[in-house]
Amino acid sequence: MKYLCLVYLSPEHWNSAPDDACLACGENLRQKGQMLGGSPLHPAHTATTVRVRNGQVSVTDGPFAETKEQLAGFYMIEARDLNDAIQIAAKIPPAQFGSIEVRPTRELVPGVLQAAAAVGP
Amino acid sequence: MGTVPIYPRGMPAADSARIRAEIDALYRRESRRIFATLIRLLGDFERAEEALHEAFRAAMEKWPGEGLPQNPVSWLVSAGRFKSIDKQRRDQRFDHLEDRPDVSESLTDNAPAFDEREELLEDDRLRLVFTCCHPAIAPDAQVALTLREVCGLATEEIAAAFLTPAPTIAQRIVRAKGKIRDANIPYQVPSREQLPARVDSVLRVVYLVFNEGYSASSGDSATRADLSGEAIRLGRLLLELIPEPEVQGLLALMLLHESRRETRATADGDLILLDEQDRSRWNRKLIEEGATLTRAALSSPRVGPYSLQAAIAAVHAESPSAAETDWSEIIGLYDLLLRIMPSHIIALNRTVAVAQLQGPELALEHLDGLLADGVLDDYQLAHAARADFCRRLGRNAEARSAYTRAIELTAQGPARRFLERRLAALPA
Repeated sequence: MKYLCLVYLSPEHWNSAPDDACLACGENLRQKGQMLGGSPLHPAHTATTVRVRNGQVSVTDGPFAETKEQLAGFYMIEARDLNDAIQIAAKIPPAQFGSIEVRPTRELVPGVLQAAAAVGP
Repeated sequence: MGTVPIYPRGMPAADSARIRAEIDALYRRESRRIFATLIRLLGDFERAEEALHEAFRAAMEKWPGEGLPQNPVSWLVSAGRFKSIDKQRRDQRFDHLEDRPDVSESLTDNAPAFDEREELLEDDRLRLVFTCCHPAIAPDAQVALTLREVCGLATEEIAAAFLTPAPTIAQRIVRAKGKIRDANIPYQVPSREQLPARVDSVLRVVYLVFNEGYSASSGDSATRADLSGEAIRLGRLLLELIPEPEVQGLLALMLLHESRRETRATADGDLILLDEQDRSRWNRKLIEEGATLTRAALSSPRVGPYSLQAAIAAVHAESPSAAETDWSEIIGLYDLLLRIMPSHIIALNRTVAVAQLQGPELALEHLDGLLADGVLDDYQLAHAARADFCRRLGRNAEARSAYTRAIELTAQGPARRFLERRLAALPA
């Protein structure tokens, strides 16, 4: 059975877990064959929401899912840049009914304590 | 930049003063173009800003002694690029000398060669506009970022124009730049199939900037010529680069409004309405240019909302007086506009034309129908229009309460004073 573990953090704890600890955790799981993939994300204000309605792609700033919308799945994609990512996201079938949040990932860096700080809304 | 004091030896004071003045002028005229190109070459807003200042500093040091280079713009671009690469090389050597000795070498090898062809420089300005107006950036940040990066306005100037605290504007800009970097918003003009949607968001930003300059939403100056001037400059640039009908339409609309700027207020800053303006003082040159652009835009098979609004403005601009205005043509244009862009505000404007052609009674009927939807509850111009229709119908009590409501909703000095005068002039 595969599980998706989603990580939630408030802005004041965005940098609380050092990259080294996260790298060690991933490495430990990888050695046991339990790590399939994962990545830290840039903060929510770097998100872009993509929706398709009546064949028209709408792009808005921010992670604004409707309050009734629930997390229903995920795609980890490789894209040249945000425009490319938006085009791919618009082709994900549920984009026609709900919203696709496109959030850039970042690399874990050994020895680095501070990632880009999250900013509150 | 002009404040950097450089006194080179061996050069007559007058000559070096002349060259410094030329550098100042060059900064005012070309710095944003150079900046746009440096972003492409360096791939980063912050580095490009720093490189721009380094380039002008270098010019201040070298040119008074050596004279102006043959092509000052490309000299400045090259200088900025080399200074920045040099600095990055030094920083990296300092940070990673032991474990990554080859980084600085590969950096210079991979840095794209600077191509100084004029059309590429123009493309860079367009890249910058499209990046600042990317729909993945929050709308108010698009406006602030465009004014900051494309027009070169200081954060404080933007804050003053939008009556927003400077730290708020600064934070919007910082966050937007962070998103460009982290989400990897590309520095490019959108592809042909994405262009129409993306041009819309650029036009929206330009028109917002213009309107903020033309009718400041509050504060005691009815006009902010600087912002409108910037918007018109952007409009001209866009039209050069994207010769689309709606780009013509927007530029035409701005020029036609701008033609009336001088007649919109008394010397004391009191508002003068369209039908009372001194039309002999409208700027004929702007009207001619705007009307020509409007006709060109309207000849396109797909006529858009900016072109139709320009057409309405052109009918006003070319009428010798309010009474001689072709109001039925204006109503017809509003009908077309409402068909492609249904909006309560456009429908409200239409009622004002109806009042002119068919009288205030029918106009009031239409307006009350709109007000019943509730959308215009807090829109001061809806209440001001209602007050005016009621006043003309002699329904003074209703006019009085509508003026009062409009005044409550109006922060801007001149518009507020105008309404207060009208209220005071109502018969008891």
